[in-house]
Amino acid sequence: MSESLHNQTNNQMHGSVKSYVVGFVLSLVLTFAAYIPVVLHQDANHSLFSHDLLIPFVLILAFIQLVVQLWFFLHLGREPQPRWNGFFFLSTAAIVLMVVLASIWIMDNLSYNMTPHQVDQNIMEKENIHK
Amino acid sequence: MVHEQSNDKVAFGFWLYLMTDLIMFAVLFASFAVLRNNTFGGPKGSDIFDLPFVLIETLILLTSSFTCGLGMIAARQNKRSQVLAFFGVTFLLGLSFLGMELYEFNHLIAEGFDWQKSAFLSSFFTLVGTHGLHITGGLIWLGILLTYTIKKGLTDNVVRKFMLMSVFWHFLDIVWIFIFTIVYLFGGIA
Repeated sequence: MSESLHNQTNNQMHGSVKSYVVGFVLSLVLTFAAYIPVVLHQDANHSLFSHDLLIPFVLILAFIQLVVQLWFFLHLGREPQPRWNGFFFLSTAAIVLMVVLASIWIMDNLSYNMTPHQVDQNIMEKENIHK
Repeated sequence: MVHEQSNDKVAFGFWLYLMTDLIMFAVLFASFAVLRNNTFGGPKGSDIFDLPFVLIETLILLTSSFTCGLGMIAARQNKRSQVLAFFGVTFLLGLSFLGMELYEFNHLIAEGFDWQKSAFLSSFFTLVGTHGLHITGGLIWLGILLTYTIKKGLTDNVVRKFMLMSVFWHFLDIVWIFIFTIVYLFGGIA
């Protein structure tokens, strides 16, 4: 009795065959759901979808797959309390987002304002200023 | 006699290492994102990436992550032959992934698109190459563990190392999802 109880909690923590199969199938579906529109878009000479839609769509699928694999393969959020692994993952994820988003933001801003090549002309065009 | 630390502590320490590794990958992703358009007259992503080829790489790595999980279940139930089979398959899939990646690098360099060509290519080779280096390390680790299992059997010590190795392998698969999306799919869109 206590043995089977132990096995049950063990399965919850470390995952069963079923949890790996579900995670694997979901990951396959998500990979193809991101891949197929991109290839169709390429075959149609980049005119099938709007870039402003396709890029967030593909990125969101990647984040869903991240959550799927964290849950079904790494069993994050299912470890016993207190959940130190989950806590350190979330704080690292916050650092990662800050590093990536802030780098892109700052460097895009720099290249917009400080690229010497035709800088005046670029800004005049984009800000709609005329001499 | 060396005092054995509990498995939970070891697994947590290893998890912390992975989190620092994740920050390193984040920095490489950030530099790639910043430099992605700086092609300096060289090729763009869509000129050089072969998406079907990369899809096969992705599927191989995903399957190896799956067999790695199955191997870990077998290791916990002390089924030695299943452990050897599942982790053996994981090893072969990992090796084919690495082979495909080296083929791609070799192909790009042969066409003259090496890391000296542009900032875009430098950041591409650094990001994807660092992931490949981790895969290489994981394969060496897995090879040692498999040899150990064949020679000495599934001791508690080996099972614990398999546990850390499988977490490492799942982690690398997760990093690859983002390389696949941000480097290759975005490169294909733009």
